Amino acid sequence: MTFVAKPKLSHPELPRNRLGLTRRDYEGAVSTLCAGCGHDSISAAIIRAFFELDLPPHRIAKLSGIGCSSKTPTYFLGRAHGFNSVHGRMPAVATGANLANRDLVYIGVSGDGDSASIGLGQFAHAMRRDVNMVYIVENNGVYGLTKGQFSATADVGARSKRGVTNTESSIDLAALALVLGASFVARSFSGDKAQLVPLIKAAVLHKGAAFIDCISPCVAFNNHAGSTKSYDYVREHNEAVDALDVIVGRDEISADYAPGTIETVVLHDGSILRLNKLAPDYSVHDRVAALAHIQDRERAGEIVTGLLYVGPESKDMHENLNTVATPLASLGDAELCPGSAALEELNATLR
Amino acid sequence: MLPTDIRNPDYFHKVVDCQWACPAHTPVPEYIRLIASRRYGDAYMLNWQSNVFPGILGRTCDRPCEPACRRGRVEKEPVAICRLKRVAADYKGDIRHRLPRAPVRGNGKRVALVGAGPASLTVARDLAPEGYDLVLFDSAPAAGGMIRSQIPKFRLPEEVIDEEVGYILDLGMETRFGTPITSMNALLAENYDAIFVGCGAPRGRDLDLPGRHVAPGQIHLGIDWLASVAFGHVREIGRRVIVLGGGNTAMDCCRSARRLGGQDVTVVVRSGFAEMKASPWEKEEAMEEGIPILNFLVPKEFRHGGGTLQGVLFEKVAAERGADGRRRLVPTGEPDLMMPCDDVLIAVGQENAFPWIERDSGIDFDRWDMPVVNERTMQSTHPKVFFGGDAAFGAKNIIWAVAHGHEAAISIDRLCRGEDVAERPPPLVNLVSQKMGIHEWSYDNEISNDLRYRVPHREHELALADITAEVELGFDEKLGLAEAERCFNCDVQTVFTGRLCIECDACTDICPTDCITFTGNGEETDLRRRLTAPAHDVTQALYVSGNLKTGRVMVKDENLCLHCGLCAERCPTGAWDMQRFLLEMPLASHACCNL
Repeated sequence: MTFVAKPKLSHPELPRNRLGLTRRDYEGAVSTLCAGCGHDSISAAIIRAFFELDLPPHRIAKLSGIGCSSKTPTYFLGRAHGFNSVHGRMPAVATGANLANRDLVYIGVSGDGDSASIGLGQFAHAMRRDVNMVYIVENNGVYGLTKGQFSATADVGARSKRGVTNTESSIDLAALALVLGASFVARSFSGDKAQLVPLIKAAVLHKGAAFIDCISPCVAFNNHAGSTKSYDYVREHNEAVDALDVIVGRDEISADYAPGTIETVVLHDGSILRLNKLAPDYSVHDRVAALAHIQDRERAGEIVTGLLYVGPESKDMHENLNTVATPLASLGDAELCPGSAALEELNATLR
Repeated sequence: MLPTDIRNPDYFHKVVDCQWACPAHTPVPEYIRLIASRRYGDAYMLNWQSNVFPGILGRTCDRPCEPACRRGRVEKEPVAICRLKRVAADYKGDIRHRLPRAPVRGNGKRVALVGAGPASLTVARDLAPEGYDLVLFDSAPAAGGMIRSQIPKFRLPEEVIDEEVGYILDLGMETRFGTPITSMNALLAENYDAIFVGCGAPRGRDLDLPGRHVAPGQIHLGIDWLASVAFGHVREIGRRVIVLGGGNTAMDCCRSARRLGGQDVTVVVRSGFAEMKASPWEKEEAMEEGIPILNFLVPKEFRHGGGTLQGVLFEKVAAERGADGRRRLVPTGEPDLMMPCDDVLIAVGQENAFPWIERDSGIDFDRWDMPVVNERTMQSTHPKVFFGGDAAFGAKNIIWAVAHGHEAAISIDRLCRGEDVAERPPPLVNLVSQKMGIHEWSYDNEISNDLRYRVPHREHELALADITAEVELGFDEKLGLAEAERCFNCDVQTVFTGRLCIECDACTDICPTDCITFTGNGEETDLRRRLTAPAHDVTQALYVSGNLKTGRVMVKDENLCLHCGLCAERCPTGAWDMQRFLLEMPLASHACCNL
């Protein structure tokens, strides 16, 4: 744990975004996680992504449950709204918050314990309801706060720091999200910001539930030989299906790619995702094929990363529920409680 | 790029920019830490060992360290390094018991020191404890050289000079003051084992304009006039005074004139205000005392009436860049400006003069009539004669004179021991981890956000009323401690051990100034373009590791590192460590002082 505050002084040429803010304005308190924790890298990637998207921090809500991962919202976006919920209940709180105020940008941070064990049911429903949010699972395969027992995402055959081999089948949250109908599914690695930052940006821009399963090594309890979630193991077995370029509205398109390797996805707000395809036959729009590819490569011991699936025209929860465009939280008493005459009228339509 | 060789003492020395910039290489962050822990005596002794005159330099140094200070690159102003040195001197208490003494029995070697200024006194300080029999000559009645004769007392009180010059004279040496040396050959005939010439640059440059010699009593050469003021021969000046010149001597002249009856004192410079040689703070202080500085005026003529000076005629000029790209001053064509005055002080530069060195003495002179001196050993072409200070390479400043003195003392010592003068002893270098616990360091790594503190000044009216009243009052302890906290501790180095690194990015993420990048290796210009943050300043090194596990390298731009140690705090494997780098320059006397 670091006791001193991060110095306020910064690089004099630190770039400013369209709001006139620097990346430092998107930071939070100094992390109290173990030094070298993958979660801190993810926090840094979130900071960069929101800075680059020019989002005003006070229009962002960050939510989490319980666990090492769920502590991290303190360490980024210090000027955003935050809610640290009950263990595994972040999706329910996020759903509620989103229903009440659809205008905020929601980012939920959870861990493999929080989402794959105690909150698995919550996770499932946030995905199938397509709550408009970024849902990041910081996945390290162990319970770090209780000293390194296997979590539900630990691979069969992985060895713990104390030499115990995991025999229980693992939950692949990305595959599960695909099955549950999530409209945006990605997997990444905390040690690869070049991949992770564009994925977070795309997830923020995506309308609907955008899920990122982010492998995040636990340096204290799961970074040894025999672990399948260590820095070394993930680097050796990382198989990216694509590399992503996010082009927001006015941004210029500058990247050069060999012809035929590019797939372009236009998001609902006109932003463009340019996918440099690394696995030539992979289609980012085919849910069934995506699932098959992930499972096929997993059987071969590889970890598939990148943008795995993005739904063609996603509808988020508000669209499905046909709610008004004004956030419910902004409606006045008269609109929320139109009185007994209006109730009578409504009831009449149901008779 | 090849991996950085941190075993080369120069590598980390350059990172301590203040120390690297100091001609005497004073370990600045080390003494600032000592001040911060209120160990003023220790801070003073560390300074004394390295720059010999902490109290004097703490008031008058040209401070090459401050423009180099890293803090000035991430914030408005550098640490007030110079004035902190004065804090050490002001609060040190009695340190006399810590000073070295000459041994009871000498080593039988005799050395003559010509001129008792900072260069000679440094040689004396370094050689006396080794048992040398020293003879110190000066034409002035007291030791100190230009420190005593040229620096006005309102900047440097006499007691401070007496104290610090006294520390050296008390080491034991023969002094012959009031006796100018008139012949080098005669001095050589006295068979000294070595002779050190530190007689300064004693001649003020004159302006040979029409009317210069009509009323010589009203036109004075700056440094001579300052010396007359210093020794009490001059106590007043006319009401209207023009000072010609834009260096520090001009600033001392105008401010002295202001205190001796000059009510309407004006500084006039040929070129632009920005091009003036005077230190910015000296210009500021002159202007604060109500002295205007007029620029782009070239003196043409001294005007007289009835045998007395009436004023100076100036031509108005402007700076233009010629076809060859060089800047030159061209007349604007406007009518000349006549400025009335009662006295003129000419402070347009200083020259060396060696009328007393016979050209057949074995000392070669170059085409500018300057002695040929080896820059490293300070030896002239006569093996027994050494030069230092302004006498060696023209007018510089006190801290350069001290640096020359140290080198000359080493040379003289080696010469007298029969060793090769060209071979130089290495500096003492020490690199030690500062880790005390998981996240505890033996230095204060929390960065202060305070802006530079201003040294309190005496009230203008009181300051102007008395030429011996010191203007700067110095930091009090509270201000001094707060200013000391502004130091980044750049000597506490970030040391990287590649084989321990797991490339988790924790250091990159936490670094407040984005110094650290993990990327593929390349040539320096290519690498500089690919770093997390711009690294344009090629004078600031890149610290490059060997290949890491992923085939990438760690590249750290030293330029803006705050030395806050957060990279090391957030490093899970100890690949980063904060290690204190202490470099002490070699000195002729090893038992120099009791630190």
